[in-house]
Amino acid sequence: MEDIKKDKNTAAQPVIDSKIPEGPIAEKWTNYKAHQKLVNPANKRRLDIIVVGTGLAGASAASSLAEMGFNVLNFCIQDSPRRAHSIAAQGGINAAKNYQNDGDSVYRLFYDTVKGGDYRAREANVYRLAEVSNNIIDQCVAQGVPFAREYGGLLANRSFGGAQVSRTFYAKGQTGQQLLLGAYASLNRQIQMGKVKSFNRYEMHDVVIIDGRARGIIARNLVTGKLERFAAHAVVIATGGYGNTYFLSTNAMACNCSAAMACYRKGAYFANPAFVQIHPTCIPVHGDKQSKLTLMSESLRNDGRIWVPKKLEDAKALQAGKKKGSDIPEEDRDYYLERRYPAFGNLVPRDVASRAAKERCDKGFGVNNTGLAVFLDFSESIERLGLDVVRQRYGNLFDMYEEITDVNPGELAREINGTKYYNPMMIYPAIHYTMGGIWVDYELQTSVKGLFAIGECNFSDHGANRLGASALMQGLADGYFVLPYTIQNYLADQITVPHFKTNTPEFDEAEKKVQAHLDHLMNIKGKRSVDSIHKELGHIMWEYVGMGRTKEGLETALKKLKELRKEFETNLFIPGSKEGMNIELDKAFRLNDFITMGELIAYDALNRNESCGGHFREEYQTPEGEAKRDDENYFYVSCWKYNGTDEVAPTLIKEPLHYEAIKVQTRNYKS
Amino acid sequence: MESNISFTLKVWRQAGPKEKGAFKDYEMKDIPTDTSFLEMLDILNEQLVEKGEEPIVFDHDCREGICGMCSLYINGHPHGPATGATTCQLYMRRFHDGETITVEPWRSAAFPVIKDLMVDRNAFDKIQQAGGYVSFNCGSAQDANALPIPKTAADEAMDSASCIGCGACVAACKNGSAMLFVSAKVSQFALLPQGRAEAARRVKAMVSKMDELGFGNCTNTGACAAECPKNIKLSNIARMNREFLCAKFKD
Repeated sequence: MEDIKKDKNTAAQPVIDSKIPEGPIAEKWTNYKAHQKLVNPANKRRLDIIVVGTGLAGASAASSLAEMGFNVLNFCIQDSPRRAHSIAAQGGINAAKNYQNDGDSVYRLFYDTVKGGDYRAREANVYRLAEVSNNIIDQCVAQGVPFAREYGGLLANRSFGGAQVSRTFYAKGQTGQQLLLGAYASLNRQIQMGKVKSFNRYEMHDVVIIDGRARGIIARNLVTGKLERFAAHAVVIATGGYGNTYFLSTNAMACNCSAAMACYRKGAYFANPAFVQIHPTCIPVHGDKQSKLTLMSESLRNDGRIWVPKKLEDAKALQAGKKKGSDIPEEDRDYYLERRYPAFGNLVPRDVASRAAKERCDKGFGVNNTGLAVFLDFSESIERLGLDVVRQRYGNLFDMYEEITDVNPGELAREINGTKYYNPMMIYPAIHYTMGGIWVDYELQTSVKGLFAIGECNFSDHGANRLGASALMQGLADGYFVLPYTIQNYLADQITVPHFKTNTPEFDEAEKKVQAHLDHLMNIKGKRSVDSIHKELGHIMWEYVGMGRTKEGLETALKKLKELRKEFETNLFIPGSKEGMNIELDKAFRLNDFITMGELIAYDALNRNESCGGHFREEYQTPEGEAKRDDENYFYVSCWKYNGTDEVAPTLIKEPLHYEAIKVQTRNYKS
Repeated sequence: MESNISFTLKVWRQAGPKEKGAFKDYEMKDIPTDTSFLEMLDILNEQLVEKGEEPIVFDHDCREGICGMCSLYINGHPHGPATGATTCQLYMRRFHDGETITVEPWRSAAFPVIKDLMVDRNAFDKIQQAGGYVSFNCGSAQDANALPIPKTAADEAMDSASCIGCGACVAACKNGSAMLFVSAKVSQFALLPQGRAEAARRVKAMVSKMDELGFGNCTNTGACAAECPKNIKLSNIARMNREFLCAKFKD
């Protein structure tokens, strides 16, 4: 540990204050709550808070802050708060309830999360997350969230990757939906009571800073096309991740990073952008017209075997459509995960499974028309367990797969020499979640005073890799149980500040700048559609800043991104006018920020000369192809500071990590 | 397996809520059948933008059938010909070469058109705001396992709670009734002990808001449940009527 603390790179850097409370890890949050400043009920009524976003983090924060008495302005880009992309989360939510009596505890959840994050998360934040996880389950049950139950009437649990206990609570395969609808219900109650004002189909375009504090936002009404001003004593952004930088991802179509980029350009540091999670089991890209990727639950890897052909000519025949997966006999199949990782086989962690699929496809063994797919085969498990049992476990996923691809994975295709071959699924990795995000301190405040970031859009709890069923936990922890406390510590000395007016020079200037930017986009009048440029961005990102990164590749990416920005600036075409609704203008505004985001990811990936979690630099691997972390030199959070223009590279500031409770070790997948 | 089809799209175009709308025909050539319906519209929009025309506006977001954002009345059916699926889960292999495909927005007095195929479903939010919740403040909940709930009740509540709020039920109903949507939420809470304390207040508030917002009455045709992409059952409406009557009797 000593050598880690003596991080030589951190000399001469601006000091970053993460405001971690004193005391042993298990007492930090209790100590914080005991000593923080509070706002009394009469004064809460005098304070306004803007919450941007209505996903798990945004909706839970907006409703909780309103319940406490603050006046909340809540914004979403969809037509209703209920549609935020948290709704699509399938698997479940973790909590350290230990209802299964299997040895779970707050410490164990904390430990698993830090280890799963490859030792790049902040200890104190993660411990607090584990601590409040139990309150979340209580809160959601009280809201009427219909979690799965046992016959005795008590809550059911399932196990998930990266844990040795069953601590995941779930509602069918729709846990995100039910948790979000629970938060939406609480939000609705506050809207009805007049404590929350809800603005749907509004998109935040900028944050307004007055005397160094965030005091409002400029948002565009997506129906009228008009810019509007909103003022408040504090601004909270809960606007999700930046996965759509890659064009194709499992994110929803409207997910974007523009609100986060607006904060970044106003001085909020952006932390660990290179930490992007790639999920191995998605339905592959089927053509160049595809708009998004669909995730197939990770649970399929429990009974499915992943393979590609051994012979290149078989792969070629598959790619040409001359053969089907079931035509290839057992002896010609390469179960590459079982071959490479005999101990874990098909159940290696997400990042390892993803990279192995890419390796095979890069060598030409891909099995669909694009050459970017591998098989996930249930023949062996159907023979072993019977189709009924397999369908009981995965029937809904089989049906979903069939609807999309017209192939039924449970269908017997042929029998060769007594071996039965069923139609295999095709899968391929896809961008799924972003661990990086706006830098926040222990109070979830960004480096701009009065500006807070919660949920996926901050960087705080997942380090370099997120465990399954932890995203929902973090979003709700931030919104229900952390921010409502910590924001008071900031607001306590703001009670004498009257309600803000929006006719100040700062608002004038911010609106003028946004308007000028929108006018500029409309006036480029080039030849290319937003989507065509966004697809190009996606190709660059996937090719050079995706699963396997190299110094040369990243430098190429930065060069290509510069060219792409020029193409965007000179050859973009948006039909229609800026008056009224213009969906192409909406997308163009977001794409401009995706390009900046892409550069940020590349800068960070280039700086981080190690492989850890979702960030894999091919130069830094063991002879067996495992990730090689460098705790000596990279045991820090990389915080990127904007330098006033997108043309200039951002400045790196390091927040060194200090581990007290956990010993930093190498993750081991072999035994 | 994959093949290409060509067809005519008849799409409702309307510049704004107060403008007059009309169908416009578009010839679609060589569309792969493994394209989703919305991706097919993306292709058309890309072609329109290339020609300098304004793209067709339609609501969509998650594209995996859960957010409830997508709508579209396709060939006379909300969410098109597939059952138990939303428009975003619909693939072109459901259609034939040479066919004419008619695409309209949801038609309902309570869902005014915003532009082209996009409608305003804010009325649904308003109904939920009237009572679709359990009234308690964050932090006051007891331990999650303190109150056992029979598995059958929890499962049934989950089925009702699966509603995605897309509005297909209203679009399918000749009366423009929102009974299936409202009853799904009323049922979820009626089935769970957490929801019982204010069950009477809830059902009265939600029904009265529904009536106020211009949704039609239910005449038991069952079109809503037949077209529901999430298979929300008609029995929810029966349960809501029972809850409503009981609540009124108590008054």
